[in-house]
Amino acid sequence: MPDIGPAGTAETRTTCPYCGVGCGVLARPDGSIAGDPAHPANAGRLCSKGRALGETLGLEGRLLHPEVRGRRASWDLALDEVAAGFGRALDELGPDGVALYVSGQLLTEDYYAANKLAKGFLGTANIDSNSRLCMASAVAAHRRAFGEDVVPGLYQDLECADLVVLVGSNLAWCHPVLHQRLMAAKASRPALRIVVVDPRRTATCEGADLHLPLRPGSDVALFSALFTHLHDRGFADAGFVEDHTEGLAEALAAARPAAAGAAALTGLAPEEIARLCDWFAATPRVVTLWSQGVNQSSAGTDKANAIINCHLLTGRIGKPGAGPFSITGQPNAMGGREVGALANMLAGHLDWSRPEEVAALRAFWRAPSLAPKPGLKAVEMFRALGAGRIGALWIMATNPAVSLPEGDAVRAALARAPFLVVSETVLRSDTAAFAHVRLPALAWGEKDGTVTNSERVISRQRAFRPAPGEARADWWILSQVAARLGWRDAFAWASPAAIFREHAAVTGLARPSARAFDISGLAGLSDEAYDAMAPTRWPVPASDVAPSRFFADGAFPAGRARFVATPFRAPGTTADATYPLRLLTGRLRDQWHTMTRTGEVPRLMAHAPEPCVTLHPADAAGLAEGAPVLVEGAQGRAVLRLRLDGGQRRGTAFAPMHWTAQFAPAARINAAVTASPDPVSGQPELKASPVRVAAFPAAWQGFLLAPRRLDPGLAEFSTAIPLGDGLWRHELAGRDPAAQAFARLRALLAEAEAPWLLLEDPAAGLHRAALLRAGVLRAVLFLGPDHHLPPRDWLASLFTGAPIGSAARRTLLAGEPAEGAAPSPVICICHDVSAATIRGCGATSLAAVGEATRAGTGCGSCRPEIAALLAAAPRLEPA
Amino acid sequence: MRRERILVVGAGPAGARCAERVAQRLPGAEVTLCGAEPALPYDRVALGRVLSGEAEAGALITHDRARLAALGIRFRPATPIIALDRAARLAVTAKGERLAWNRLVVATGSRAVRLPVPGADLPGVFVYRTIADVHAIRRAAAGQARAVVIGGGLLGLEAASSLAAIGARVTVVHAVGWPMERQLDAMAGALLASRLGMRRIRFEMPALTEAIEGETHVTSLRLANGRRLPADLMVMAVGVRAEASLAGDLPVGRGIVVDDAMRSADPDILAIGECAEHRGVVCGLVAPALAMAETAAAVLAGSAAAYAPRPDPAALKVSGVAVWSAGEIAPPDAEAITLQDAEAGSYRRLWLREGRLVGAVLYGDTSDSGFYLDLMSSGSDVAPIRRNLAFGAAFLAEAA
Repeated sequence: MPDIGPAGTAETRTTCPYCGVGCGVLARPDGSIAGDPAHPANAGRLCSKGRALGETLGLEGRLLHPEVRGRRASWDLALDEVAAGFGRALDELGPDGVALYVSGQLLTEDYYAANKLAKGFLGTANIDSNSRLCMASAVAAHRRAFGEDVVPGLYQDLECADLVVLVGSNLAWCHPVLHQRLMAAKASRPALRIVVVDPRRTATCEGADLHLPLRPGSDVALFSALFTHLHDRGFADAGFVEDHTEGLAEALAAARPAAAGAAALTGLAPEEIARLCDWFAATPRVVTLWSQGVNQSSAGTDKANAIINCHLLTGRIGKPGAGPFSITGQPNAMGGREVGALANMLAGHLDWSRPEEVAALRAFWRAPSLAPKPGLKAVEMFRALGAGRIGALWIMATNPAVSLPEGDAVRAALARAPFLVVSETVLRSDTAAFAHVRLPALAWGEKDGTVTNSERVISRQRAFRPAPGEARADWWILSQVAARLGWRDAFAWASPAAIFREHAAVTGLARPSARAFDISGLAGLSDEAYDAMAPTRWPVPASDVAPSRFFADGAFPAGRARFVATPFRAPGTTADATYPLRLLTGRLRDQWHTMTRTGEVPRLMAHAPEPCVTLHPADAAGLAEGAPVLVEGAQGRAVLRLRLDGGQRRGTAFAPMHWTAQFAPAARINAAVTASPDPVSGQPELKASPVRVAAFPAAWQGFLLAPRRLDPGLAEFSTAIPLGDGLWRHELAGRDPAAQAFARLRALLAEAEAPWLLLEDPAAGLHRAALLRAGVLRAVLFLGPDHHLPPRDWLASLFTGAPIGSAARRTLLAGEPAEGAAPSPVICICHDVSAATIRGCGATSLAAVGEATRAGTGCGSCRPEIAALLAAAPRLEPA
Repeated sequence: MRRERILVVGAGPAGARCAERVAQRLPGAEVTLCGAEPALPYDRVALGRVLSGEAEAGALITHDRARLAALGIRFRPATPIIALDRAARLAVTAKGERLAWNRLVVATGSRAVRLPVPGADLPGVFVYRTIADVHAIRRAAAGQARAVVIGGGLLGLEAASSLAAIGARVTVVHAVGWPMERQLDAMAGALLASRLGMRRIRFEMPALTEAIEGETHVTSLRLANGRRLPADLMVMAVGVRAEASLAGDLPVGRGIVVDDAMRSADPDILAIGECAEHRGVVCGLVAPALAMAETAAAVLAGSAAAYAPRPDPAALKVSGVAVWSAGEIAPPDAEAITLQDAEAGSYRRLWLREGRLVGAVLYGDTSDSGFYLDLMSSGSDVAPIRRNLAFGAAFLAEAA
């Protein structure tokens, strides 16, 4: 409900569009952003990305008009084109020849409309979501164990637990506000223990009591060891197991071999495993929280079930401070699950396996051609597209050309799509480049609907800015296409509220039922009540009283919970002599997905401006840190800058998943990733892909700074980085002769009446240039034979729009003032504090650093890194 | 025992410096300094300032009478020595006077070359060597005269610039495509020509002089390409030749051949400055000439001194134009580093061979000349500072 804030500006309560924590946000039309103190997820906190939301609202780079085959078109024409394209594909290939690929960025109402169009009326379950890449394994594990996709845990469980085991989760970076809540709980109650199970030593490890750097993909072995330990040492809750579960014997039998070989399989020391077992066994209030490190695996579903098995065995589920807890990556992954916009789900947790539910939905939707069976999951869908089995594909709010594994094959498939529609907010995206029709969608702050976070809280995302250009809500676009295909009545909604009511009503179908997901109590919500809806945790049944917690009483949707037998399986691919390293991909602290939003925000780029691959120093023989390297897998390759980190597990590599052709065409890491999907969930294995890392044979390396964004294809390795005030930094490397590249790049930068400063040492491979117009710096270009180049900060600071001084001019091409200071990475982006400042401030505690430098006192997302800096600092020996 | 007589022949910068040092180091000796010109010893290098009117001739004097007297030097102006009698240890003056010496320093310098073209001796054609030459040129150039300077070397450009400063309309005729080609590479030369062009100095280059024309006085210069340049006066600055005529039967190459101690084949006869040839090289600049003077004085005083040639730095002395160079210029087997700021009018190019700096040209900003000269002289390995070498001494601390 809009409030009137001070100074008469309307303040809107809405929800953050980033991770699955689902923080409440107070937003004003001018872009000022604050955490919502009243929201249960964050109580006023926001992370670095959330705080910078106001900087992502600009219209530059937005897609604001429909386009058909690259030309601006009216909505009528574009919608006709979409309807015709899908009609044609239906005629030629039938329902299985069309597909929708949607996103956890969609609001629940949009998601519902897309799912209804696909499954109800196009008659295909070929609708999958990028959530397939995120938590499909968790969904599958929940369904196997509980009979339904239900997350029993609540965020407050993390705060009242005595042991929190974080598995495959860099909570500090990927769910920062939740991590801060956990850290605050630990600070007030130091007995709360935190264990991190992750091949990498991440920022999350800074606050942990124990880090288990297991071999990628070996989680099942670790939790099998825990499972058998709990059982064999008598920590099982026999009553709970007896009354509410089934399948223990089979699960135990399957766990035994892996448990016996756990040390060898995980690469962990037996005493490390024993410590986890002892702590877990001794701590009734234990939460095991997992995320993509578990899910993105060819054994992701088994990993999640191996975790759930331990909680079922001890009866530690659904109780305050206890339970298995899957946390999602996207703001509305949960909403997508709820509306069933995944190829293997129906709607409202209705299931094909229960004919009465199928019939009820068919009748409710008046959809005789309701899809009779599950459809193609993400990886399969794009393989089908590549094989010519999909005649029309509609992609909404996601960027599969970047985010799917085997990226080059995905691009080839997109390129040969007979008819491709992309609904987007931005003009330039790798996927949109292939589209026949581009439809301008509303962005965050413009669209209106609901999202569900990882603890089942439904929150409103409200518009606080007008729709720009001709951009429209996704549900409206979907309903217009449906109408053109002859299904006007089924999509005749007047508002998102109407869709929400219909969605809520679906959850009440075919009851009575044990289905946990029930918000039929909201099916009669008035428009006003919908507008005003406060964050609401489901279930909200129409009649009964809602349970405050799931499963504490042992009531599972399936009747009994099931122990799932999870025999250990190694990753779907083999690391061998050719591809000896396991590549893990993941997120960075200040970036989001494919950077369409965060990549444009200079201070979010400051934390990790370039795509880097991280190796353990011992795995980097012959490679220079800071130089570009080739990361090659069986399916493709990428070029990233090499970073070394002793906290990287030996034999593994890590690369961020964010960079796209818009920012760094060569650094699309998914080109080098082999899909290897989980046989149950269909989730691809994004954290164990065999690769080799070799030197990139650059003839030259360099960078340029210019007051505009240049085409990212400047060089074979090229990264675009916004520095603010329109200034862009491009990091470059190439294999063409340096002198040629220098001439080519200078020609790109040249301006009338702007003479050059030049430094050329061709024999040493050194080529530097600066362009000035009337003494005002317009561009700098530095090429050298290797990565030893001057820092960029000082040069960037000279782009002020005013003539530069003669002293700076004299040393301009040295790249630093004569008394130049060593560059230092920015750690705290809220207050722009560098590592050097933190190290130099003399403080030895987080609080003291905050006092001295303000670092860590903003969003707090950098506090783990500050702690790591302090831990690494040499300590004075006592005298 | 009679005081040792040391005679220094030639009162240019080298001779005057040598006499001064000998007088200081050998107080017992009788030091005589003979100058061919009537003037007191003066700074020949600064003649351009007199030509341009920036300085009076008197301001160039380096050793006035009081100073010479204080040093105990017997100074004989207007006393050219025309021959030596080595056997008798005598020097013969133009007037036939015989001066006795025990040891002798030849510092006769060089004389300006006149081009062997028709009309080279016409009135109005000058060389640019002595204070007398400068006075004559100044007189001839009065009243916006058309002046042609033949030779775009260091001296020619100084003359041209000074002439332009007093209002003459100057054309420089130069045989090579850019001026000062011995000291500058083509780029620096082009920058210099363009800069001097802004001072109304025109260049004809590459261009060869075919003849100097005029009946009773120079009227024009004819180029090999047939073009005619009208001229009221002409200055030849086409080089110098060592003045070694006193050598007699001593070995002479391009100058009197001397060893590292500046001794000729006769150990009592030393030669320094532009008349001497050391290790096959005749110097053309004042700094090595003065260094030789110091060596010779030390040797005469009994020290085991040895002259070590340094890279010859050359600086163009034209106010407002800073050009400096040293060492090898554009050697084909060296690697070049170039730094230029066209708008600010600065340019520098450094040449490296095997990680050592062997040559440098600085244009516009010559503040780092000493830094580069030191690097060349010391033969330091500059590979570790190569990336910032072009930025000069300010970045040395970083490398150290």
